[in-house]
Amino acid sequence: MNRRVLGFLLELALPVAVLVGYGVWASRAQSFYFPPLDEIGRYFGELWLFDRVGSDLVPSLTRMSAGYLASVLVGVSVGLLLGMSRVLRTAAEPVVEFLRALPAPALIPFSLLLFGSGDSSKIFVIVLGAVWPILLNTIDGVRGVDSQQLDMARAYRIPLAARIWRIILPAAGPRIFAGMRTSLAIAIILMVVSEMVASSNGLGYFVLEQQRSFAIPEMWTGIILLGVLGYVLNWLFLRVERRVLAWHFGLKGLAGPATGRTRSAGRSPFGKRRASPSPTPAHSSASSDGEV
Amino acid sequence: MSLEGTATVTSAPRGTARANLADTSGSLRRLLGQRWLRDLGLKVSGVLVVLLALEACSRTGLLSRDWFPPITDTYVELFKLAAGQPLWTEIGRTLSGWGLGIALATVLAVPCGILLGSNATAYRMTRVVIEFCRPVPSVALIPLAVLVYGVGLEMKVFLIVFVTFWPILLQVIYGVQDVDPVVRDTARSYGLPAHARFLRVTLPSAAPYIATGLRIASAIALVLAVTAELVVGAPGLGQSIVVAQSNANLPRMYALIIVTGLVGWVINLAFQAIERRLLKWHPSQRQEVAQ
Repeated sequence: MNRRVLGFLLELALPVAVLVGYGVWASRAQSFYFPPLDEIGRYFGELWLFDRVGSDLVPSLTRMSAGYLASVLVGVSVGLLLGMSRVLRTAAEPVVEFLRALPAPALIPFSLLLFGSGDSSKIFVIVLGAVWPILLNTIDGVRGVDSQQLDMARAYRIPLAARIWRIILPAAGPRIFAGMRTSLAIAIILMVVSEMVASSNGLGYFVLEQQRSFAIPEMWTGIILLGVLGYVLNWLFLRVERRVLAWHFGLKGLAGPATGRTRSAGRSPFGKRRASPSPTPAHSSASSDGEV
Repeated sequence: MSLEGTATVTSAPRGTARANLADTSGSLRRLLGQRWLRDLGLKVSGVLVVLLALEACSRTGLLSRDWFPPITDTYVELFKLAAGQPLWTEIGRTLSGWGLGIALATVLAVPCGILLGSNATAYRMTRVVIEFCRPVPSVALIPLAVLVYGVGLEMKVFLIVFVTFWPILLQVIYGVQDVDPVVRDTARSYGLPAHARFLRVTLPSAAPYIATGLRIASAIALVLAVTAELVVGAPGLGQSIVVAQSNANLPRMYALIIVTGLVGWVINLAFQAIERRLLKWHPSQRQEVAQ
C-alpha cells in the first residue's frame, strides 16, 4: 500500500469512526433527541428527494443568491469609491464600523417593518450582514494597488473606467474574493435566521417548525441538509475563485486561494507544503479583518 | 480593523520611537496633528450627515413615520433607557452568555489547536471533520440547542461554544504550523527542552493568530447571542428588541438596535486594543503602525 492511499485512509478514518460510533450509540440508546442514522436517512429520502425541494429549498436558495449578489455589487462598488477617495473613506469610517459591529439579526425586526414578511425583507437582512466583509476587503484591496502602476496609468492618460477595470479591480481581486468567501458563510447564516422569524417557507422555517412540533428526525434532516449546503456552496466558491484568480495563484506560485496581504502571500500556512487539494485557509490573520 | 491606516499613523508617534524623533519631528508633528483634527472633523460630519438625513427623511415623510420615527425620538428614548436599570440588566444577560461561551470555546480550542497544529498525523485525521463542521451554518443548530438545553443561558453558551470553537481552532492550527522553521530548528539544535520550545518559540509565534481567532470569535459570538435571543426568546438584548417591536414601541426598538450595535462596536474596539497592546512586539503589529 503506498503512502497516498494510506494518507487517504487516515483522513477518512475519523469521520467514519464518528459516524459508526454515533450509529451504534443511537440505535442502542433510543434517545429521543438523537435518533438513529437509518431513521434520519429514511426521512431524508422522503422529505428531500424531492418532495420539499420546491417548497423550501428553492425559495431559500433564491433569497440567498439574490442577497449575496446584491452584497457583492454594493460592496465592490462602494468599496471602490471609498478605497479611492480618502476623504469619503474617513467620513464613512464611523458609520461603517458601527453598522459592521451591529449583529445583523438585530435588524430583522426593522426589516420586517420596512418590507413586511415577504422575500425582500429577508434579502435586505442578508445584504445588511453580508456586505461588510466584501466592502472592507475591497477598500483594503484598492488601497493596496501598486502605486507605480497607478501613476503609470495616469501618466499615459488611461481613462478612469479602464484604470478601474484593468488595474484596480484585478489587483484588488484576491482581497475581494477573500471577503466574498466570508460573506458567503454569513449569507447562508442570515438566510436561515431570517427564515426562522416571520416566515412561511424556507429551510430555516422548516427546521424550527419541525422542532416546535417535536418531529425530531425531520428536524435532523433539515440540519444535515443545511450542513451539506454550506459545504457544497463553499466548495463551489473555491472552484470559482480558483478559476477567476488563476492568474494570481500562478503568479504567486500558490496552490490555492491564499490570503491577500503581501506579508502572508509568500508564507501562507500551506505555502511550504506540497500542493494540497484542500482549500487553503482564507482565514489566516490578514484576510479575516472583515469577518462577521 | 480601522478603515483608515492613517488613524494608526497619527497615534504612532506616541510610542517609544518618538523619543528618537523628537527633535526632528516638530513640524511633522504639527502636520500630523492638523491631519488628525481634520480626520476627526470628517468622521464627525460623516455621522452627522447620516443622522440628519435620517431625521429629515422621517420629518418630511419620505420614510413613513409609522415605522421610522425621527431619529431624535430614538435618541431621547436611548438616553431614557441608559438612565434606567433594565437596559443594563439586558446587556448583562447578553454579555454573560457571550463571555462564558468565548471563554469555554477558547479553553477547548486552544489545546486542541496546539495538538493538531504540531502533529501532522493528528491534523490529517481530523481535517475532513473540521472542514465539514466549519461551513455548517451555525444557526441550524438553534432548534437542537433549544430541545436539549431549553431557552436559557445554557442554550446560548452551547451555541456560542459550538460555533466559535472552529475559527479559534483553525487560527491556532495555522499559527502553530506557521512557526518559522529556522527558529524552530535553531531552538532544537541548541537543545532547548520541549516545554521551553513550546513556551518560547511556538506560543509567541502563534499568538497573533490566536488573537485574531479570538477577535473573530468574539464578533460571531455576539451575533449568535443576539440571534438566539431574537429567534427563541432567551432573555437579553435580542428579546427586548422583539418585545419593543411587538409593543409597537418603535423608538425603543431602534434605541435597542443602536445599543446592540454599540455593544458590538465596543467589544471589537476592546479586542483590537488588547491585541495591539499585548502583541506590540510582533511584526504584524509593527508593520501596521509603520505603514
